[in-house]
Amino acid sequence: MIRLTINGTVREVDVEPDTPLLWVIREQIGLTGTKYGCGVAACGACTVHIDGQPVRSCSLPVSEVKANQKITTIEGLSPDLTHPIQKAWLELDVPQCGYCQSGQIMAAAALLKEKPKPTDAEIAEAMSNICRCGTYNRIKAAIKRAAGIPA
Amino acid sequence: MSNAFETNRRSFLAGTVASTAGFTLGFHIPGIDSAAAQGQTPELNAWVVVKPDDTVVIRVARVEMGQGTLTGLAQLVAEELECDWKKVTTDYPTPGENLKRNRVWGNYQTAGSRGIRDSQDYVRKGGATARAMLIQAAANQWGVPVSECYTWKGVVRHRPTNRELRYGQLAEAAAKLTPPADVPLKDPKNWTIAGKSLPRLDTKSKLDGSQIYSIDHKMPGMMLAAVKICPYFDGKLKSYDASKITSMKGVKKVVKVDDTTVAVIADTWWRAKSAIDQMPIEWDKGPHAKLSSDDVTKMLVEGLSADQAFIGNQAGDAKTALASAAKVVEATYAVPHQHHATMEPMNATVVWTPEKCEVWTATQNAESALATAATAAGLPIEKCDVYRLNLGGGFGRRTAHDFVRQAVLIAKEMPGVPVKMIWSREEDMTHGYYHPVTMAKLRGALDKDGNLVGLHMRISGQSILSTINPAGLQNGRDPATFQGLNPSGTEGVFGYGVPNLLIDHAMRNPPVRPGFWRGVNNNQNAFYLESFIDELAAAAGQDPLEFRRKMMKNHPKHLAVLNAVADRVGWSKPPAPGIYRGLAQHMGYGSYVAACAEVSVNAKKEVTIHRIVAATNCGHAVNPQQIAAQIEGSFAYGLTAGLLGEITVKDGRIVEENFDTYPILKMDQMPAVESIVIPTNDFWGGVGEPTIFVATPAVFNAIAAATGKRIRKLPLGDQLAKA
Repeated sequence: MIRLTINGTVREVDVEPDTPLLWVIREQIGLTGTKYGCGVAACGACTVHIDGQPVRSCSLPVSEVKANQKITTIEGLSPDLTHPIQKAWLELDVPQCGYCQSGQIMAAAALLKEKPKPTDAEIAEAMSNICRCGTYNRIKAAIKRAAGIPA
Repeated sequence: MSNAFETNRRSFLAGTVASTAGFTLGFHIPGIDSAAAQGQTPELNAWVVVKPDDTVVIRVARVEMGQGTLTGLAQLVAEELECDWKKVTTDYPTPGENLKRNRVWGNYQTAGSRGIRDSQDYVRKGGATARAMLIQAAANQWGVPVSECYTWKGVVRHRPTNRELRYGQLAEAAAKLTPPADVPLKDPKNWTIAGKSLPRLDTKSKLDGSQIYSIDHKMPGMMLAAVKICPYFDGKLKSYDASKITSMKGVKKVVKVDDTTVAVIADTWWRAKSAIDQMPIEWDKGPHAKLSSDDVTKMLVEGLSADQAFIGNQAGDAKTALASAAKVVEATYAVPHQHHATMEPMNATVVWTPEKCEVWTATQNAESALATAATAAGLPIEKCDVYRLNLGGGFGRRTAHDFVRQAVLIAKEMPGVPVKMIWSREEDMTHGYYHPVTMAKLRGALDKDGNLVGLHMRISGQSILSTINPAGLQNGRDPATFQGLNPSGTEGVFGYGVPNLLIDHAMRNPPVRPGFWRGVNNNQNAFYLESFIDELAAAAGQDPLEFRRKMMKNHPKHLAVLNAVADRVGWSKPPAPGIYRGLAQHMGYGSYVAACAEVSVNAKKEVTIHRIVAATNCGHAVNPQQIAAQIEGSFAYGLTAGLLGEITVKDGRIVEENFDTYPILKMDQMPAVESIVIPTNDFWGGVGEPTIFVATPAVFNAIAAATGKRIRKLPLGDQLAKA
């Protein structure tokens, strides 16, 4: 059994140690907000936080996560859509199909935690997640709004 | 609409969602919201159910895949219904219900930028008819003439006495009335819900992980399947050795799906995928085992000068005009295969028994998915149904249902057990319905004053219909090849007056299956034509805007969007030093679009796109901020193909398997996009695709202005650095 702390709850899962964290989150824990996009850490749809750091969970074996590390998924970002990133996303109606947005939001939340007033270049560097619908400009605007940076 | 499997589904879903969840915006379980599950509340008509608490359920036949169609269609119904927008929720009726009710919801296909424009009239009529019935019910209750009553935000008021009744209080009586015929629709000038930049109905659930996409669907006792499909074009599954993996943890069954595909069913998808990755499989490489992209190019090059070609547009005598021209300009262009690369890979969940077959999936055409499922299930269509779940992108890929067929065939091997089949990204990318590969040779005749007096545009390459829908061919000719190049019609008209014109197509079909890729044939047609118009303007020594304008006198709507972007960008004044501009215009899916790109190219030949100004006239603008979102996004989609992406063929199979080799445009390359929505309110055009057409030609024209180097082959890649 592997012990994980996900969204503040300790969970025990019976999986092969090389199972990617993404699939443990989706299949054993049952939280499906974190998405499968590529399986090779190229698209970012699977982004979660581990101790506040953004991690592409599709390429991280679950055995590499320690029981005391705090895993946060999109479901645990805020209890009621009150994270500043979620509020800004809602105000600007960012998502289109929405499939990549969990990963985008998690990447953006981690960025603002590290750099509360990111420059455009810092936003572009941190936000390397793929959005096939092309919501990038609204994502950038929403990050700035959440950071209190004038548009 | 009550039926056995409706009840069954509710009972097993009841354990996983709160009983009211289906009625809460953003937590939508298809089937749960359907009338059968709405207690005793009767529908006013197929499109509208009003519940006693005034919640308005608007039924949506087309599907939401990112373009805002769901919200737009609800706006149109709510506008005519004059309900309280805050109380609107939506529901997807199943295609099975549609069949049972003599297709009361019409066409389910959501493609060709048709979600709103092809159904706006009957959905608005649904709202207007329901409103008339609610007013009649109130008038009956009060014993007053209908003419003394009016509606506002979900309430009927009696003007002389100020009495009022809420829609929720009237719905049951109204539902018993005979629907009036020919209820007039509102003049769009008077719209208060439609035509407004309202927030989307589905945003909240996309911010906290609660939106359920097809890949997220869960059922008690569900098994998961991973597949390997023969990677060789027209190849087959030769053999596999299941004994190597059957003892792996969680593996339940190894299934030969059909001649090309093998599946592993396990208790989780990761275990199924891990097992199938380790299973020895041999493929029969089939008849094209040596095919490469070079071979495909050779086929197309031969077509550029072939005698036989299908004609798409013809006026005067282009060949004679070219023979007698003061100056002839010639250029050859090429566009490779592209993959849809929806972020959510293809998947479907199926429960099959000898009596019925149920499918949960993400589809752009649930009726087509149902037909596919019934055939694969070996059951009458009435014994099958498809429940629509949200799409993690469609872009045309989910108009084809090869994955539904596979999922049904797999589920048949475990009767009564829900089986969810998910394609890996690698299976998804190597089994697409690719944007067709084409080339074009354009020859233009300029007279001594630099006027374009003759044009021959020869397209050579793949026909989508010849593979996807041969019945749509016209004596062998694929009319869709000429999107945006047609002499007349309402869909996509060639926007220039050229006295001697020939546009023809030499069909050359390599064995890489083509499909409808967002924008479809408009994409390459606009790239070929608009690049060449700039080349002609340069050869004539004329400004590319003025050169176009001269030829657009008879195409005022094409011209108006072009002028709009030129005005906004300030075309009449030179750009800042180091910045260069490019223009493009095109008409497709009923809408008129144009763009201007501003780029710079540095010493390392790296292109920066500083600014895009793009305009659309889509006739009626149902939700302007969502149209702006589509315009913005279309540049990410279009420029991914223009700058980065290419599907290639080697040794009889697709080379690119994932995003590491098939790059997608990301934020660091995304240009600023200024959108101009200028509806003329006299037609209904599409929104989800059209501005894609002008993305690449505007940028490539700007690159040519900046460098003097004309890039005639997509994608740009490192062609500038190599030049």
